[in-house]
Amino acid sequence: MANILILLFNGISEGALYFLMAASLSVILGLMGVVNFAHGTLFLWGAYVFRWVYVYIFPNNFILAIICATLAGFLIGLIFEKVFISRVYGNIGAQIMITLGLSIVFTELVRVIWGPSALVVGRPPMLAGASHLEFDFGTVIISHYRLFVIIVGVVVAVLGHFLLTRTRVGMTIRAGVQNSEMVGALGININRYFTLVFAVGGALAGFGGALFAPLSTTITPLSGNQFQLMAFIVVVIGGMGSFVGSALGSLFMAVMIALIGWTIPDISLVAPVALMALILIFKPQGLFKWR
Amino acid sequence: MSLLKVNDLVSYIGLFTILQGVSMEIQQGEAVAILGRNGAGKTTFLRTVMGLVKTRSGSITFNDASIIGKATHKISKLGIGYCPEDYGVFDLLTIEENLVLATHKKNAATRDRIAYVLDLFPDLKLAYKRHARTLSGGQRQMLSVGRSLVNSPALILIDEPSKGLAPVVIEKMALALKEIAKQSTIVLVEQNFHMALIVTDRYYIIDEGRTVHGGLMKDLENDKELQQRHLGL
Ligand SMILES: Nc1ncnc2c1ncn2[C@@H]1O[C@H](COP(=O)(O)OP(=O)(O)OP(=O)(O)O)[C@@H](O)[C@H]1O
Ligand SMILES: [Mg+2]
Repeated sequence: MANILILLFNGISEGALYFLMAASLSVILGLMGVVNFAHGTLFLWGAYVFRWVYVYIFPNNFILAIICATLAGFLIGLIFEKVFISRVYGNIGAQIMITLGLSIVFTELVRVIWGPSALVVGRPPMLAGASHLEFDFGTVIISHYRLFVIIVGVVVAVLGHFLLTRTRVGMTIRAGVQNSEMVGALGININRYFTLVFAVGGALAGFGGALFAPLSTTITPLSGNQFQLMAFIVVVIGGMGSFVGSALGSLFMAVMIALIGWTIPDISLVAPVALMALILIFKPQGLFKWR
Repeated sequence: MSLLKVNDLVSYIGLFTILQGVSMEIQQGEAVAILGRNGAGKTTFLRTVMGLVKTRSGSITFNDASIIGKATHKISKLGIGYCPEDYGVFDLLTIEENLVLATHKKNAATRDRIAYVLDLFPDLKLAYKRHARTLSGGQRQMLSVGRSLVNSPALILIDEPSKGLAPVVIEKMALALKEIAKQSTIVLVEQNFHMALIVTDRYYIIDEGRTVHGGLMKDLENDKELQQRHLGL
């Protein structure tokens, strides 16, 4: 009993990171129709920039390191959109090649700059501890850093939902997800929103990578892969283009992986992919009705 | 002075040349019908004017300035409202949000315009805070047309507003368009001859991507042979 609670708690903290990745991936897909294979790379850059700043530039300044990683994600996302992706809107084949290419190049860059082997990242002392909650059925260990990540995920979800539903920019993005051409025909320069969404999406991925580094305490040039895959699965579960769906889908995935890890750990990597395939075949609009 | 002038327009989608010579001249204050069979190129014509389909040759001028090659949002801002064939309504936005999103300026004039739209289509007033996905086909069309009016555009392009609507709703829509035509210039793509007759005075016929005929609606009404030949009525 205690074990499953710990698994669930840890799973949900990773779910918060899936969410940061998936939400941005989903809105990018919904608005621009771009399947962004370079998203995991932005996550990776977030993790490495975080460590670089946290260790060398502003030593032990957790907040500044997170901000720098988020900015890095924003800038790289901005450059990706402005220089590469804006040229291939509507051309799915070219988009796949370009985002895959960017992913390979920018992942290799990480390897070249920071080396191929695993790097250790410390947790900020304030969040490094853990609470031991005693119950009749055993002890549940709550890592403070993981709790922090969950809280941050919830805050981003609430804030993002508010921005998307209560502001004119959010309204424009939601309208564009359904029909970007019509948004243009109403006199709105939708290309500006494409750039904005791509850059903010990059910022979210970078932010996720920054949160991830101290969570896992080691990072390698492969760290982005799992999160990219999970984010794609969450986008499929939650419905493409849906922010709320990404939040629900991430939670769903986190819980599912924890439960499978507890019961049949051997299939915990295969199961999400199989689920994605099933949903794509039988319910391509996603599992959740509301968006 | 003509508000919209199109000369020998040729436009294409991918490898297909769709319009192969469309010409017309529309004066300020007119209501003009674009008629033609299915697949004639009527929708493509409106989309080409809006900058959504690429032009190969020919000219389009609005208020005597060329709009070829301009971005769609800039064309819209020049004062052209557009109601596409599938309404282009945003399902997950409320009626209010659909209208507000379309406003170019936030001022008293646009607030008055929204009030005007709601008076014109009371259905929209009743559903004002509801999501557009809850609207019926006719109400979506009202929202689409209403939304195109909020900036008081000089010209409104409307693509088959009668499509898929019940006869009573068509009648209602036709009367609303007639009302709108008192204030704005309208280009109305229609296959419903009755609707075109109520709203417009003049017509062009597009066939296989070309304007093949034009004249007064009241003459066309009496010329069964022409109707048969170009419209298959
Ligand atoms: N995306 C496209 N790719 C290739 N051909 C197209 C495309 N869109 C339209 N067409 C072709 O262009 C021609 C004109 O189409 P358009 O939609 O303009 O006709 P229409 O007059 O509006 O017809 P309807 O009355 O059925 O709406 C048709 O032959 C159609 O098949
Ligand atoms: Mg059409």
